[in-house]
Amino acid sequence: MDESTSVGVETNGDEAQSAGERHEQRELLPQLVAHLREHRTRLRQEWVNRIHEAHLLDAMTPQEVAAETTSVYDNYVEVLETGSVEALQHYARDLSERIIPRGVETQEVVSIVLLLRDVLARSLFEKYQRDFAMLNRVLDAYEPAANRIANTVAGSFVDERERVIRQQQDAIRELSMPVLPVRERLLILPIIGVLDGERARQLTVQLLSGIRTHRAKVVVIDITGAPDVDEVVANHLVQTVDASRLMGASVIITGLSPEIAQTLVTIGVDLSKMNTIGDLQGGLEEAERLLGYTVSRQEGTTV
Amino acid sequence: MNDGPALVSIMRQGSYLIASVHTALDDSQMIRFQEDLVGQISRDRSRGVIIDVAALDVLDSFGSRTLRNIAEMARLRGALTVIVGIQPDVAFAMVALGMGTGSVHTALDLEEGLAYLGSQLPVSAFRGAGLRSG
Repeated sequence: MDESTSVGVETNGDEAQSAGERHEQRELLPQLVAHLREHRTRLRQEWVNRIHEAHLLDAMTPQEVAAETTSVYDNYVEVLETGSVEALQHYARDLSERIIPRGVETQEVVSIVLLLRDVLARSLFEKYQRDFAMLNRVLDAYEPAANRIANTVAGSFVDERERVIRQQQDAIRELSMPVLPVRERLLILPIIGVLDGERARQLTVQLLSGIRTHRAKVVVIDITGAPDVDEVVANHLVQTVDASRLMGASVIITGLSPEIAQTLVTIGVDLSKMNTIGDLQGGLEEAERLLGYTVSRQEGTTV
Repeated sequence: MNDGPALVSIMRQGSYLIASVHTALDDSQMIRFQEDLVGQISRDRSRGVIIDVAALDVLDSFGSRTLRNIAEMARLRGALTVIVGIQPDVAFAMVALGMGTGSVHTALDLEEGLAYLGSQLPVSAFRGAGLRSG
């Protein structure tokens, strides 16, 4: 709480004077808060107008903007009054949760808070324009608190955004990499989504334990759904194939896209030991051949 | 060096030898295993050897090199070797450290190893050493 007043004090070394000033600033803030409460409607409207002029929050309806700005305004004044940012932090996180899915950007949120800071500062200029010394002291009290509020809101917004990103990363990671038995001793392992180091490691574990539990002789890994493969992951894939061989299973890789094929050859991954086949259908046919299955179509089938 | 109880049991099953490794072996124990096994291949005139490493949760480079050597020695004595039961972790560690089993055939477990020997040996005991299914 003292942070809000300390900035103005630090510049002054004289203890007695600084104590006096601090005391004065404590007196000033309630005065300031009263002023902001008194002109709440006018200042809020001015703020909303400036938000509108700057083409911010276009994704929200005027009613929503009105409701949110009222809450933000009240929270803002409350922080100035109590010096505690906890409630604001909570509210900002809540607000972020609501507006992030609607495509509101970080810079937009920061701009809006800064606009409010400016609107309020202007009204203070206006009020104290005749007494310059007083204005200075008021701003000394106001600015650190206002900056802290801006920091808090921006921080909460970024935190919330990062939390959402983390959550999505977890969701992607948990997207199961199913190991599917299609015939006795034949497994399919479709890979969907980006293969990064972590998922490649997961793939190895799944595949090798899958070979063990299903007693697989042949495994088809289909990477049609993987948009890109880098060198590390490609080498990991090669190692996984070798490890499968040590466990007595042959691996067929299918669905290498033209892009991935070019990448792999360009970066020089040694795929000479890999058994690759164009698509999953071809891979299954090859696997069935290896296992000695023959699929035949019955005469007279209507479908 | 060569005394103490054997940590590998070598059993004869028809014309095959089945060597089951019970625990991690140090280098001297590995050498003893090699001598015992190669000696027994000669004595029993075996056509196939299965080395079961399912109980191992770690296999060092000396160990895997010795297994390769045993397979090569067995081949010279006219027997085909299969290594079975390599655990997933061991398999990946071996590959990551660049120490595969070379041309030695590997199979999932004892049953698979027997099936492989059965499929290879009636044709020729010599032919199969470098073959892999698939």
